[in-house]
Amino acid sequence: MLAFIIRRLLQSMIVMFFVAMVAFLMFNYVGDPVHQMVGIDTSHADREKLRVSLGLNDPVPIQFLRFMGNAAKFEFGISYQHKRSVTGLFKERLPATLELSFVAAFLSLAIGLPMGVYAGVKPDGWLSKIFLSFSLVGVSLPTFLIGILLIFIFAVILGWLPSYGRGEVIILGGWWSTGLLTPSGLKALIMPAITLGLFQLTLIMRLVRSEMLEVLRTDYIKFARARGLSNRAVYFGHALKNTLVPVITITGLQIGSIIAFAIITETVFQWPGMGLLFLQAIHNVDIPIMAAYLMLVAFFFVVINLIVDILYYVVDPRLRVDLGKANGS
Amino acid sequence: MNKILANTGSKKINSVMDVLKRFFDSDLFYSYRQSTVTIVASILTLLIFICSIGAPLIAPQNPFDMGSLDLMDSHIPPTWDEEGDARFLLGTDDQGRDLFSAILYGSRISLLVGFSSVIFALILGVGLGLISGYMGGTLDAVIMRVAEVQISFPAILIALLVDGVLRTMIPDADTEHLAISVLIFSIGISGWVQYARTVRSSTMVEKNKEYVQAARVIGIRPVLIMLRHILPNVMGPVLVIGTIHLAVAIVTEATLSFLGVGVPATQPSLGTLIRIGNDFLFSGEWWITIFPAIALAVLVLSVNLLGDWLRDALNPKLR
Amino acid sequence: MTKPLLSVDNLRIEFNTRRGTLVAVNDISFKINAGEIFGVIGESGAGKSLTGQAIIGLLEPPGKIGAGQIKLNDRRIDNLPYDQMRKIRGKEIGMIFQDPLTSLNPLYTIGRQLVETIQTHTEMTVTQAREHAVDLLEEVGIPAAGKRIDHYPYQFSGGMRQRVVIALALCVNPKLIIADEPTTALDVSIQAQIIALLKKLCNDHGTAVILITHDMGVIAETADRVAVMYAGRLVEIGQVRQVVKKAAHPYAKGLMSAIPSLSQRSRKLTQIDGTMPRLSDIPKGCAFHPRCPECMDMCKENQPGLFNIGPSQVACWRYHDIKL
Repeated sequence: MLAFIIRRLLQSMIVMFFVAMVAFLMFNYVGDPVHQMVGIDTSHADREKLRVSLGLNDPVPIQFLRFMGNAAKFEFGISYQHKRSVTGLFKERLPATLELSFVAAFLSLAIGLPMGVYAGVKPDGWLSKIFLSFSLVGVSLPTFLIGILLIFIFAVILGWLPSYGRGEVIILGGWWSTGLLTPSGLKALIMPAITLGLFQLTLIMRLVRSEMLEVLRTDYIKFARARGLSNRAVYFGHALKNTLVPVITITGLQIGSIIAFAIITETVFQWPGMGLLFLQAIHNVDIPIMAAYLMLVAFFFVVINLIVDILYYVVDPRLRVDLGKANGS
Repeated sequence: MNKILANTGSKKINSVMDVLKRFFDSDLFYSYRQSTVTIVASILTLLIFICSIGAPLIAPQNPFDMGSLDLMDSHIPPTWDEEGDARFLLGTDDQGRDLFSAILYGSRISLLVGFSSVIFALILGVGLGLISGYMGGTLDAVIMRVAEVQISFPAILIALLVDGVLRTMIPDADTEHLAISVLIFSIGISGWVQYARTVRSSTMVEKNKEYVQAARVIGIRPVLIMLRHILPNVMGPVLVIGTIHLAVAIVTEATLSFLGVGVPATQPSLGTLIRIGNDFLFSGEWWITIFPAIALAVLVLSVNLLGDWLRDALNPKLR
Repeated sequence: MTKPLLSVDNLRIEFNTRRGTLVAVNDISFKINAGEIFGVIGESGAGKSLTGQAIIGLLEPPGKIGAGQIKLNDRRIDNLPYDQMRKIRGKEIGMIFQDPLTSLNPLYTIGRQLVETIQTHTEMTVTQAREHAVDLLEEVGIPAAGKRIDHYPYQFSGGMRQRVVIALALCVNPKLIIADEPTTALDVSIQAQIIALLKKLCNDHGTAVILITHDMGVIAETADRVAVMYAGRLVEIGQVRQVVKKAAHPYAKGLMSAIPSLSQRSRKLTQIDGTMPRLSDIPKGCAFHPRCPECMDMCKENQPGLFNIGPSQVACWRYHDIKL
């Protein structure tokens, strides 16, 4: 187990290293950081002073090490556009994105999984066909289109839900702003969460369905039937658990990409999260924010992947013993 | 002499007929005929293709020609509305552009970017996959490591990032006319991994087969072996990925354009049109955004349906 | 005459495909008595496995029973609703599949799978079921059963796994077990052990077995009676000794002469020329006639029925000439 996790950690670190390198290259070579930070009327000497103080004249490896060290502390300097510390900006925006992402992920799992099981068990049922057609729409339509359609129906025509923003938020623990505790905050969350979760929901549903179909064809399911087990025992006891390994993998990756897809949802709904911040940074070539966003998202991905790996281990006994043997010998 | 020519001619016709007959008799065609949805999807796709290619002939107005636009015509609702104007079937936008024409030209750009990025990704991915699978060793390890890192991020994020970085590196003066190339590059680069992975694993299987061994023994150059012997054997799955990727590429383009980092407003794609229209949704001028949205939805859905069908038909086990 | 345990009458199994209906099993009838071992032999695709699946009610769509009846203890079971048939499966008819490696759910301990099966069909508590499971595992020859019961399938070898599968099939004492190629996937050295085990257990429990295989050697050693199938039809049914020693149908003869024998060391093993036809183009008349060394004109036109010849039944137009 430990060896396994260490191996995974090492892999994660390689990913983080690659990403850090990309972020560093962006930071240093896309445009001139000094040029971005100062006004046009700053003298050449002042620029040079800033350059030295930023360490831009040091050898590249040293700069990279310094960048890595700062990144580990999540220090990315001052945003060119906002003239504020990037860390502070992210701290402000993080709760909005995480709340939205978690609610969307929860929705997609809680609805997608049962739908997928049903469609896999009864592939010819009319409800399954409806699910499948619905899923095709969900997979095909771009996120922003779904958001716009929802706004058009529920905000413009019906006027039931707010079309932008987070509603009223409450500050917890000094910095975490939550919209989950106020009626207007919850109301504001509904459409963005559906928009963000719909794609993952349909993906999870389709995956569970096809895995279910696959597993139901295996010998051990035939044998389970031949032993006279009830349908419930066959489907939920034997089949579902065997579909979990691939489902966990994809779901893990999907939850990761929810955070990235939040960029689009946040733009459509003007949701004050990191995604919106990142998009504005792209428009304004605000490199520190772009670099910080990249590192943060990579970090989330790596953590999620680790959790996924540990879940594998819990679900599949074969893995446990292979590892046990590897440890023992 | 003539006789022989005629003979080979008829033989050719026969073989063409044969191929056609085999096609109409094939499981592929059968599964196509069985699926009404697929037939509808392919007709819609074809229709959109024809309309977008023939846009200059079909469209009542050239939406790129600023001279032909009249601000007096702006914000006109669709024809069937009381305030509609017979000249503008689907109404006009804030600049007096005929939406129907804009949609035709817009899907043209969406398809252009979509196809080009798929082709770019396909060539890059298949090439790297072949090299990786055939050569093995360090080169393979490096390519696959990069692929691994890239695939752990959603393609749209990669495209957004590459696009964002490239835009900052291009002088402002060139942004407008390079925007589409930058977009194609960004979307293409975000999609090569799937091709590479598939081709690599098939290549590793193929390269150990006897016909490749034989080709090696008689001293055919690796490049030729890859292109002539291995490539044709791995193209099936590549086509399936390509079709599905086309839908993804169109969506990515639309999304980037919607976010304002895609094609410029002077040459609007469907995504750009939707972004422009989005600002007017609340003032009741819904048609400016809803019609391009429907066009995009139909296009993407049709291509996706075709891709799905192709995948299932070519590999029934994948269902 | 005693009443048969299972009787299959004029069973026909069809597949609806887009090129029309394929008949995979055509008009076969046989009876199985309590406690006997009934071998079914034939090439792959002859319809042996489908027959087994039809009996236990697990034909996979698009396969379906087109005609005929299956009766267990005089009760028709081929048209039972799913839930009633489910209660028969495992309890009255058990089944053993070809590949022990894939027959067990990899994610559960064998104990869990045994207890689950026992509890489905009996009123035992978990503790009782577990005790019974340990006994069963001991009976099928799993050493240290009390400890092994908590192991996962991948921790067992192929032979051991097949023993577990047999324990699972036998765990509530069904009257009939359908063993579909139970040893094909195993090492040759283990095959004999498993067959011997199966034979002994069924003897002890008084369980009848339908032993489906393409290995005539296994049948010769194990079965009481044997049915030979060819292209979806029965071509010969008889006592094993009779059929092995003196098969009547030309196809069965061919099969028997393909068994290596110790007593006739020098004899060359013969083979039957050609291959079994595909379901989509079974020839007119006797399906075997294109490969038959004794083919006559009428064989090409008419399908022979099963004729009683001595103690055996044979589907061959030459039945007049056959002397048993």
